[in-house]
Amino acid sequence: MASPGEASVNETHVGKKKKLPARYWQELQEEERKDENKVKKDGEQSKEALQQEEDKTQKAKKRKQDQSPSDGEKVKPEKSDPFPGPAPIPEDRLQKFKRKDKLKKPHRKQHKLRDIIARSEDASEMAQKQAARFDLLLPEEAGFLEGDEDEDTCMISQEDIAEAVDITSGAKYFNLKLSQFGPYRLDYSKTGRHLLLGGRRGHVACIDWASKQLMCEINVMESVNDVKWLHTEAMYAVAQKKWLYIYDSNGIELHCIRKFNDVLRMQFLPYHFLLATAVSSQYMVTSGMDKKLKVYDVRTFKPLKSYFLPAGAACLSLSQKGLLSAATGDVVQVYKDVCSMPVTKPYMAHRLRGTVWGLHFCPFEDVLGIGHGDGFTSMLVPGAGEPNFDGLDANPYRSAKQRQEWEVKALMEKIQPDLISLDPTELAQVDQATWEQRHQDRVEVLGFDPLAKEKFVPKYKKKGRSSAGAIERRKKQVAHEEQRDVIRKSVEDKMKMEKERKERERKKAALSTQKSALDRFKK
Amino acid sequence: MKVKVIARNPDDYVRETKLDIQRVPRNYDPSLHPFEVSREYTRALNATKLERVFAKPFVASLDGHRDGVNCMAKHAKSLSTLLSGSCDGEVKVWNLSKHECVRTLQAHEGFVRGMVVRYCGTSFFTVGDDKTIKQWKMESPGYGEEEEPINTILGKTVYTGLDHHQNDPVFATCGQQVDIWDEQRSSPIRSFTWGVDSFSSVHFNPVETELLASCASDRSIVLYDMRESTPLKKVIMAMRSNTLSWNPMEAYYFTCANEDYNLYTYDMRYLAKPIMVHMDHVSAVLDVDYAPTGKEFVSASFDKTIRIFAKDGGHSREVYHTKRMQHVICIKWSADNKYILSGSDEMNIRLWKANAAEKLGVLAPREREAANYSQKLKEKFQHHPQIRRIARHRHLPKTIYHQTKELRVMKEARRRKERNVRKHSKPGSVPVVSEKEKHVVTVVK
Repeated sequence: MASPGEASVNETHVGKKKKLPARYWQELQEEERKDENKVKKDGEQSKEALQQEEDKTQKAKKRKQDQSPSDGEKVKPEKSDPFPGPAPIPEDRLQKFKRKDKLKKPHRKQHKLRDIIARSEDASEMAQKQAARFDLLLPEEAGFLEGDEDEDTCMISQEDIAEAVDITSGAKYFNLKLSQFGPYRLDYSKTGRHLLLGGRRGHVACIDWASKQLMCEINVMESVNDVKWLHTEAMYAVAQKKWLYIYDSNGIELHCIRKFNDVLRMQFLPYHFLLATAVSSQYMVTSGMDKKLKVYDVRTFKPLKSYFLPAGAACLSLSQKGLLSAATGDVVQVYKDVCSMPVTKPYMAHRLRGTVWGLHFCPFEDVLGIGHGDGFTSMLVPGAGEPNFDGLDANPYRSAKQRQEWEVKALMEKIQPDLISLDPTELAQVDQATWEQRHQDRVEVLGFDPLAKEKFVPKYKKKGRSSAGAIERRKKQVAHEEQRDVIRKSVEDKMKMEKERKERERKKAALSTQKSALDRFKK
Repeated sequence: MKVKVIARNPDDYVRETKLDIQRVPRNYDPSLHPFEVSREYTRALNATKLERVFAKPFVASLDGHRDGVNCMAKHAKSLSTLLSGSCDGEVKVWNLSKHECVRTLQAHEGFVRGMVVRYCGTSFFTVGDDKTIKQWKMESPGYGEEEEPINTILGKTVYTGLDHHQNDPVFATCGQQVDIWDEQRSSPIRSFTWGVDSFSSVHFNPVETELLASCASDRSIVLYDMRESTPLKKVIMAMRSNTLSWNPMEAYYFTCANEDYNLYTYDMRYLAKPIMVHMDHVSAVLDVDYAPTGKEFVSASFDKTIRIFAKDGGHSREVYHTKRMQHVICIKWSADNKYILSGSDEMNIRLWKANAAEKLGVLAPREREAANYSQKLKEKFQHHPQIRRIARHRHLPKTIYHQTKELRVMKEARRRKERNVRKHSKPGSVPVVSEKEKHVVTVVK
């Protein structure tokens, strides 16, 4: 490589002994040693002691010369770091940020590809570690509720909780008595600050529920089936008896969409800016008249768990932290950790004045909003909300300017509807099918396979290193490596086949254990 | 009972005064950022589209020569100075920041064939069609003084190329043979010949400063070591090379601009097969110059376009053309890696940006971060078909567009014929010759 500053290399520092400034501890140590020697023996041995002392100080000086130029910050060079190396990161936190497993290493000969893959894997590992370390700096912690020895958490009443916490949190438990306009459906905005209420008989109101400020209140003179905020607190959609209407946050009607008739339920996809009736989460919870609650994994379309409820749940809502709330009649029950472990009894329960019509967790707060026949109730559920929000995504404390900037950026990043797929990481994977097709086309066009492995021809080395035996040895080495690759691949394939076979057999066994009426005829 | 509910203090999340910046707490948890791959893909798509929107590479045109610009020389120490020699013997010194000519001098009668600035930056050398080598001072002459060269050397034959050593007061010229001159002597200290009657250009290696390379008229490239008395070796190709350029970062790579519309990058140690064949021009390539980073180079061609190639890329990443720019004779990449200077047949020197969509000038830290982020996203998703289609799209003049299609058809036909011959003859009798090996005839030591 070109090195323009070659002149500086000529001067070296090797062999030069730098004279260091005297350090305060060196003098102290010398004095200590001198005192020791004097105390121990006087007279004859003092000369020897002095010599020894001199040797020691020489050695100490040399050692210090070696050590101190390297690190000017150490106070005492002899002490070593009791915790060497970088701080360890807990495994579960590292796991949270893991995206994908390491790729299979490409062939030995593809130097550039190997280099690129190794570099990118290093970079993603570093990013993973940095993100895991940053977790330490998060300001808030999640809420929790623990009962005493004999107390059951589901027996604790809302009033008790409201008294036990501070005033502002206690004020988050409140009731709005609105018995005139029918049972209420509700929706919280994405940041969790604004609440939209829609009564069956046409009353629609949007409020900032924390400060209890009313933003708008209208009566649409028609029956309202569902209400939903759009991407910001500036617009919302109301599914009225005949058509779908979109209103401004001041209550002004913006659009009337006549194509949607008799909409019963709505869902807004924030990243696609689509209003639909689709589920955007990983788990789907359904309940039915058969008094069973089933949890499905949306990616694999398989039911994970099934619970028995005393009555069919009419409304369900899933919180950010994985709490599930189910409402039957006028009782609301909250279950913890539904998706990971089997649950027998509810985490919390609350009884209301009217039948529950709508249920929604507030995004970044420990609050569950319930719309019922008698109005609206806000219930405290410790541990429901995500304590640390991301300022660039949904920020409850954003100013108007920040909201505008965020809106523009979000609209620019809007995901096109063609990218909606079952596997969200599909785009990041190599498109194997069309690659194979293109490879076949290329083989056809060129007449030979450009990617086929060339036969290994060992390099001719000078100075007698290319004797017949050495060449044979090198050839055997490469042949063994390739054989090992083949064997490894075949073993992996076999293991995969085994696993699949076992899965199939297990499924069969599971099915066959189901009792049927014809079992008695089987031998 | 033990209970804790999330209770945020707004003072921690809202700024204290209007004069502060807003607080933005971050949480990188992937569950708070769903659809990350799709969102990144959309951002990459937007970044690629915006790059095409902001791709405006032409900066300025330096007007003033009265005949076609034949050669250019970069000033060794000053980024804003350029020297250019034209076909009527005029040499002009330009100030690039003001886009104006600072000094004009009549150097030769006839073409100015080669120019180079001495490494110290105080003087420059020119060779011309009047068989002379002249050395001039870099400073303008004072009031009332005439433009006089410091030194003139008369030769017997026309000199066609000139280059100066990186550190020593030695320069080399080529014409009928390659001569090494000492600045104090008026006759060459060494001459290299190899049975060729004319050389078109000579270039010193900027890293291994004792090595030279020259392009000869017998379609070969000859390598020399200044310390030896005979040339080292030469590679003979299918067609003649016009010039070559050494990679300023890798000591042994050089790229030659060939008449068969391609450029070839060779490793000096293994001349039998070029490292890379760079194909994209539709007419003879006249000049080539490397970027100071050694990762890219720019080529000027007879087909009125300039192309920028990556050092290991078979096809160009960028093409510049203008209706007003005719055959581009000489090209230089500025020493700060940001600009490209092209001198063409219609007496103009044009200044272009090396990265067409780059914002020049000082960037604020957030601007720079946003630009780096967009760049990384574009690289990550560059292989996706939609993004690749947008990033590759360039407008070409109609002649060049049709010419590229025609050349592709011709290449396809040749390939098909070769394949058919191989298919219908005994297996192994028609060996597979890779594209790289096809263009080299032989290497002579």
